[in-house]
Amino acid sequence: MTELTTNSTAFVDRLRTLETKLPALQANALSRFLYLGFPEISNEEWRFTDVSKLAGADYANPLTTIEADLSYIEANRYELILAAEAAIQPAADATSVILFNGLPVAGEDQDPALGVSIRYLSSADSAAGEIADTESNPFTALNAALFPGTLQITATAGAALEQPIEVVLISGHAGSSAPRITSPRIVIQAGENSQLTIVETYISLGSGTSLTNTVTEALVSRSAIVDHYRVNDEAKSSWHVSALAAALDASSVFSSHSINLGAAIIRNEATALLRGEHAECTLNGLSLGDGDRLIDNHTSIDHASANCNSHEVYKAILNDRSRGVFNGKIFVRLDAQKTDAKQTNKTLLLSPEARVDTKPQLEILADDVKCTHGATIGQLDPSQVFYLRSRGLSEGEARRLLTYAFAGDIVLRLKVERLQTALDERLRVWLA
Amino acid sequence: MSTATDTIEEFTGQEYKYGFVTDIETEMIPRGLDESIVRLISSKKNEPEWLLEWRLRAYRHWLTMDEPEWHNVHYPKIDYQDSYYYAAPKPKKVLNSLDEVDPELLETFNKLGISLGEQQRLTGVAVDAVFDSVSVTTTFKEKLYELGIIFCSFSEAVHNHPELVRQYLGSVVPYSDNYFATLNSAVFSDGSFCYIPKGVKCPMELSTYFRINAENTGQFERTLLIADEGSTVSYLEGCTAPRRDENQLHAAVVELVALDGAYIKYSTVQNWYPGDKEGKGGIYNFVTKRGKCMANARISWTQVETGSAITWKYPSCLLIGDNSVGEFYSVAVTNNMQQADTGTKMIHIGKNTRSTIVSKGISAGKGQNTYRGLVRMNAGADGARNYSQCDSLLIGDRCGAHTFPYIDVRNPSAQVEHEASTSKIGEDQIFYCKQRGISTEDAVNLIVNGFCKEVFRELPMEFMVEAQKLLSVSLEGSVG
Repeated sequence: MTELTTNSTAFVDRLRTLETKLPALQANALSRFLYLGFPEISNEEWRFTDVSKLAGADYANPLTTIEADLSYIEANRYELILAAEAAIQPAADATSVILFNGLPVAGEDQDPALGVSIRYLSSADSAAGEIADTESNPFTALNAALFPGTLQITATAGAALEQPIEVVLISGHAGSSAPRITSPRIVIQAGENSQLTIVETYISLGSGTSLTNTVTEALVSRSAIVDHYRVNDEAKSSWHVSALAAALDASSVFSSHSINLGAAIIRNEATALLRGEHAECTLNGLSLGDGDRLIDNHTSIDHASANCNSHEVYKAILNDRSRGVFNGKIFVRLDAQKTDAKQTNKTLLLSPEARVDTKPQLEILADDVKCTHGATIGQLDPSQVFYLRSRGLSEGEARRLLTYAFAGDIVLRLKVERLQTALDERLRVWLA
Repeated sequence: MSTATDTIEEFTGQEYKYGFVTDIETEMIPRGLDESIVRLISSKKNEPEWLLEWRLRAYRHWLTMDEPEWHNVHYPKIDYQDSYYYAAPKPKKVLNSLDEVDPELLETFNKLGISLGEQQRLTGVAVDAVFDSVSVTTTFKEKLYELGIIFCSFSEAVHNHPELVRQYLGSVVPYSDNYFATLNSAVFSDGSFCYIPKGVKCPMELSTYFRINAENTGQFERTLLIADEGSTVSYLEGCTAPRRDENQLHAAVVELVALDGAYIKYSTVQNWYPGDKEGKGGIYNFVTKRGKCMANARISWTQVETGSAITWKYPSCLLIGDNSVGEFYSVAVTNNMQQADTGTKMIHIGKNTRSTIVSKGISAGKGQNTYRGLVRMNAGADGARNYSQCDSLLIGDRCGAHTFPYIDVRNPSAQVEHEASTSKIGEDQIFYCKQRGISTEDAVNLIVNGFCKEVFRELPMEFMVEAQKLLSVSLEGSVG
């Protein structure tokens, strides 16, 4: 483990000068980040994901860019709203919220249903930081130091919103061309027996080097149901690092789907703590890799209580020189008896230069459990291709159909109709 | 439930029955490790200059290395300066007959079905010159010699076949490989050397048992096995009998070379002292085992690991040649405070290479069992294929099972499948057996043996029978 940071770049030096200008909690997070430093590949958690490009970029001072962003939003609010709508074409009855570089553009202050509220809160007023891991994850620490405010979505006990809340997170340069780092933060608080569906869509405006370092925290109370989706469709010049931390109380149901379509480097880290009995957690993912892109999904499900279930299905289709990384940890604590955990990871390699590194990881300390994981890596089954060709499909059509079916498994699991249709269309275009 | 739990506790509470006896007087050189010790070891063994140089290179490299910390085993820091690095066994105190041997030990031997001759050898009873085992040994030696098979101790090989040793030593596990292998390279005491000439099919299972002075090869054992083109050999290491040993740290290295079309089957049964119930004492076993396969060659590792406080070993295959095959079958049992971090590495380099991994981990008491494996498909490994399966069986609620399978694929035509599962012995299974008049203990043995069957059937016949019995002995008084 690399602990002490050896990387000293202009950006890190710039961060050092900020320590005195930040509120106490954020300053603490900053010093934690400065201690951890950008991870290196000697760190087991980052072994296959080289972030030296991200670490070496000369990002603009994050505090001064906030000012520039605010005035940019003021002047271009309408264009930003149009861009967001063009990107997701939300259903008529959906609730939309738009953020630009983590700052509010539209919809950040509303009550879409009785007991359901959306607010943009200053870092000090929000519930941010309760469960995100700032201790060991350097990027989460960096987000905790730099996030300008929190988009907090709250459902009080018994409140339910049937339609999805569509959050569009735009990253852009707001005029300047210097590399940008943005730190959006979302907190989802679902009270007892409440129900929420939240879709985060990440897009970029224009091109240019930028790092989106986002953190979402989900506190799911007893018997609440939260459906969470995260779609990344950022420009090919963007880097994306995300953390999702969920804590599940008894009998709650949480699911998160991670759909990765854009950005040059993506690193997702989803962690779920099952801290109440009979909680149910689902983490699914679909990644489409082409060009030189790298898509890294790390998941961690911690069965800290008995009688919980977890399901994981992560699929990736890798073309060209793209790289996929998957690490799925499942911990079953000493007293988490009757745990049922299933993990599946499947990767389809379409090109000779594509590469995948997979590491499922099970750590089981209770005996009365059912834990299974399976991983497969390979190309399309030639006999299946042959079968379709014998039915009159061309080789290309056969391959496309089989690849589509491989991904379709995840697409069909999405419960938001708008998203299902959009992804289906995207998939067809991608395969053509 | 309660009876099941009681019996589980009864079983997991069992201590190593075979005691921990030091009955070998040895000639020691001073404690600690520095260049002069390496030189002293080399000179005591009357080694040629190049080997000393090799040892020294390893020693100097070792000084620059840090002890690894990535593994999932925990132990107090080893003081490498507090150990003896050379101990030549002095003649043992000779017992006159088996009557003088600890009766409990004899009972265990009987349970394991070890022949009388072997029992005498293991306990240090003077063996009658006309007794079977010796004459058997001699006939075997002659037979092997006729076929041109070289099977001797490592030291003998250094003197009698320096060209072979020099060519292959460190060719699979280089002296700079890892912390423990490098330490072994610097101070290795002795071990086995085996060479099978071209096209020869070794007519018998080669076992350390048939080699004179096979025991007491010391804590830093080194094995080098070369199967020349088209040859076949099956090699047995260790034995099911409990092994008493005075050295706590063991760092062995095994190198296998399978040239074009050769087949090596390497089977290990390890039953060293695991320490007491609180985890005091016990052997730390840090082993580096690796084989390299040239075209059409096949290496098959089979291991049954029931002993040692810490087991740290990853028998691996470098599948260099096209169409080569690597196999790994493992049963690892951890009871009481035992920890095992074991698995394999299959590195697919050549085209159409295939590998199979079947790993069965059984944890009981507070034992921690880790499977750690790597399957790598390099860019050139067109059409390579891997199937991995790792299953864990948990007995009792204070033990742990961990899996860390790494899969790196850089070739789209390669196919990798990995499956893992965790289970326990169901009360319904036990109930079913009891209902049919099978005692709880036998039921557990039945279920555990069924769980391990896929691995056991890979063992050579006589080992298979012994291994099953060994498992029963380990699980005595238990449910499992």
